[in-house]
Amino acid sequence: MQTAYSPIWPAVLGRFTWHDLPFVRAWENPNASEIIGAGAASLVIIGFVITVALLTRYRRWGTLVEWVTSLDHKKIGIMYVAIALVMLSRAVVEAVLMRMQQAAAIGDPGFLSSDHFSQLFSTHGSIMVFFMAMPFLTGVINYVMPLQIGARDMAFPWANSVALSLTGGGAILMMVSLVVGRFSTGGWSGYPPYTGLAFSPDVGPDYWIWAVTLGSIGSTLGGINIACTIFKLRAPGMTYMRMPMFCWTSLCTSILMIFAMPPLTVATALLALDRYLGFHFFTNDLGGNMMNYANLFWLFGHPEVYILILPAFGIYSEVVSTFSSKELYGYVSLVLATMAIAVLSFTVWVHHFFTMGQSANINTVFGIATMTIGVPTGVKIYDWIWTMFRGEVRFSVPMLYSLAFMVTFVIGGFTGIILAIPPLDYVFHNTLFLVAHFHNMLIPGLLYGLLAGYTYWFPKAFGVRLNERWGRIAFACWVIGFYLAFMPLYVLGASGMARRTSEIFEPDFRPWLYVAGAGALVILCALASLVVQLVVSIRERDANRVFAGDPWDGRSLEWSTSSPPPEYNFAVIPHVDGRDPFYDGKRDNGHYRRHAHYDAISVPRNSVTSLSIGVAGLGAAFGLVWHMWWLAIIAVLGIVAALILRSFVRDTHRTIPAAEVAETEHRWHDALNAATPIGRDVEFTPRNQGLAETAA
Amino acid sequence: MLALAILNGCAALDHGILNAQGPVASHERHLLLLVSGILLFVWVPVVILVPLIAWHYRRSNTNDAYRPKWAFSWTLEGFIWIPPIGIVVLLAILLWPATQRDDPYTRRAGQGEPVRVQAIALNWKWVFIYPGEGVATVNQLAVPAGRPIHVSLTSGTVMQSLLLPQLAGQVYAMAGMRTRMNFAVDRPGIFRGENTQFSGEKFAQQKFPVISMTGPAYAAWLARARGTGRPLDQRAWAALSRQNTTGPQTFSAVPPKFFDHVIAATGGASHPHAGHRSAMRKAS
Repeated sequence: MQTAYSPIWPAVLGRFTWHDLPFVRAWENPNASEIIGAGAASLVIIGFVITVALLTRYRRWGTLVEWVTSLDHKKIGIMYVAIALVMLSRAVVEAVLMRMQQAAAIGDPGFLSSDHFSQLFSTHGSIMVFFMAMPFLTGVINYVMPLQIGARDMAFPWANSVALSLTGGGAILMMVSLVVGRFSTGGWSGYPPYTGLAFSPDVGPDYWIWAVTLGSIGSTLGGINIACTIFKLRAPGMTYMRMPMFCWTSLCTSILMIFAMPPLTVATALLALDRYLGFHFFTNDLGGNMMNYANLFWLFGHPEVYILILPAFGIYSEVVSTFSSKELYGYVSLVLATMAIAVLSFTVWVHHFFTMGQSANINTVFGIATMTIGVPTGVKIYDWIWTMFRGEVRFSVPMLYSLAFMVTFVIGGFTGIILAIPPLDYVFHNTLFLVAHFHNMLIPGLLYGLLAGYTYWFPKAFGVRLNERWGRIAFACWVIGFYLAFMPLYVLGASGMARRTSEIFEPDFRPWLYVAGAGALVILCALASLVVQLVVSIRERDANRVFAGDPWDGRSLEWSTSSPPPEYNFAVIPHVDGRDPFYDGKRDNGHYRRHAHYDAISVPRNSVTSLSIGVAGLGAAFGLVWHMWWLAIIAVLGIVAALILRSFVRDTHRTIPAAEVAETEHRWHDALNAATPIGRDVEFTPRNQGLAETAA
Repeated sequence: MLALAILNGCAALDHGILNAQGPVASHERHLLLLVSGILLFVWVPVVILVPLIAWHYRRSNTNDAYRPKWAFSWTLEGFIWIPPIGIVVLLAILLWPATQRDDPYTRRAGQGEPVRVQAIALNWKWVFIYPGEGVATVNQLAVPAGRPIHVSLTSGTVMQSLLLPQLAGQVYAMAGMRTRMNFAVDRPGIFRGENTQFSGEKFAQQKFPVISMTGPAYAAWLARARGTGRPLDQRAWAALSRQNTTGPQTFSAVPPKFFDHVIAATGGASHPHAGHRSAMRKAS
């Protein structure tokens, strides 16, 4: 069916043909694979139409504009997490489709075409890394970190909004690729020469290049912002060694972002030059060398692993300490371990291609460097264990995720050390063993952490506790689903089954593929449980409000505000004199102090320019993908114009009058006075209004 | 039923490294078991301690100590830092010689003359040239059991990776470049070889049998191959270079330096460092 289709009106629509619409393809060739493709495209369109209809029906366009133009770090953080959850849903469904295909395609072509399957593993990986994990962790850092260090916003609120709009633009481009054209089949790492013009002349790799480029520029900006905020905006007395552990891991992650994202931007830019302007950086001929791509990509790719995992480590530190009602054990050790991981993460990238033919000495050095990272990571696990030791552990949902993480992550560490040993990597590289390993690190290490953080800080952000029961069901499904879906992949990898395989010719693999398929379905139930939990929590919101702000007997400053916190975070910037300022402060009866007088507070005004840059970035990317040069040129000019216009805006801040601050603060203090302090035994009941009992 | 399922499951592992059939793979399996044994000392304490401590120090247990301000102990710091460092040092001591020994570029001592094979990755098939014998095959690698096999690899297309799960590890094959791999097979038999680096539409089908034969059987196979009267000429190469799959094929003759020409034709000629790794490492 591969007939050549001629472009329609190329001056305007570039290389678009009718055949680029999945509906047309499904109409011409109605097999399961094309129908699934058309169905996915319909979901995107239906989702878009329903959103527009609801916004119109409930007259919420104003609210939407208010949010997307906001420079408030809290709103930006929430929007990041919202993007991440939407993208998570898509990528989980893709994973389930792939598992079903592999279970069905044993000695049989299965129901997905090979090409469709390849697009699925490429989008699944790209989305999970760039548009699920990155926005999720950036969002949580955005929301929580300024509150934890006693700041009123990020260092660069406008750049923060630009970063969000670029990431959002990248995510939208991923969604658009479902409806118009096709995605890359070159995997999330996009290795040339396969993704070069000679072997993939279609739009797929271009979608990948520009989506990733938008995301990586957004992340670089985000990293700079986070680092500067921590360096410059800590409250008086908040020395580095008094920062909550989550701030330390955020700092390390942001430093990694600043140094690791540029190599990716360079790699995708060079690949784009190859594809658009006939350069030969990574082509087979005329001096191109794909090994340079592999080095550049993993120079980003390995630190990226720690960009993803360190914030989760920070969340676990907060959660374990809070739900053990105990100081974090070995704070200094944890800081040192975090920093050690951050530095070492730049010294191990070659282990992603031990099999590229370099000398045994090079492989030895990188193998040993890789195993060395195991030491600080192991130290962290024990620090959490000793934090529970002599504590009073409460098995809340975030704590359950933390415990499951510790036990499961060690298995991933085990197989990670195996992969770090070059002779063993020669056997397991590129097999499902590797796939099992990195999912074993990222699902417990990253996703459980972010879900723990989501459950832990949700009441802070929205003033409502999430439903406990559905949280536990989701937790159980995530854990059972993970073990069922990924332990069989270790076996299959050890049996030599290559990754990215759409068809299986070895009947002996069948039982393991079935188990893995069942696991994927359980993970789908986990995702569904999260959706149910959110819906139930919204319905029951009035019973579970924690406006007073401290539902978990928290330790750090974010809990010392109302839930949700006021736009300015702190009416009076707190003074910090210890590592657990709020926990100690409320026990000394010093924290909930009503002031007689409040000052006016200046906060950043909303801005349309930052949003425009994201929209124009999306336009430029779409124009480049489809060779609609007019669109790309206009959009790039639009970005430049927005930057220039913004530089003329003088009135960037708005003042909240003292009377308004006072009114907000008095309302909160009245609520604090009215609330009943509760003990930890009833924290999951409606009696929890967010005021913790502090008598010993 | 369950027993049957478990039995079936073990059948899968027979296709992999745990059922090693050559000296390189045997080394690797031994190393795998040894490393796994050592790593149990990392895994077991965590798996025991996490549930034990979490449960013992649960809030509802009033029979345990509660020291909310206790957060540091030099003794524990020692327990936390020193054993992992010790284990990593131990593993590093193991890793160094093992990486040298199992380097795919290291030629193996074996019984008898080494067999030279030149592997070319195409979409979606493998071409194997026997320069010493003057024959070539597609999608089957016939080797004499016991004798060392020296493989040179390149790609006529995108990057691919040659994995022999039961015999050796894998090495990338890249256009315009030459990589190397050495292995031997213990006994006659048929084993799987495959490309593990995604290479496009029919990637999943890019698998081939490694047929290990006794000396006399191998000699007979060579004679048969030479007798097919079908040389690997321009026309045959053009057909192989098309993007498709194919069954096993045998060619009776190969033009001299064919492999080098493929490297040059796919970019090696304009490569300032064509095959430089092999030059750099010719000592091995």
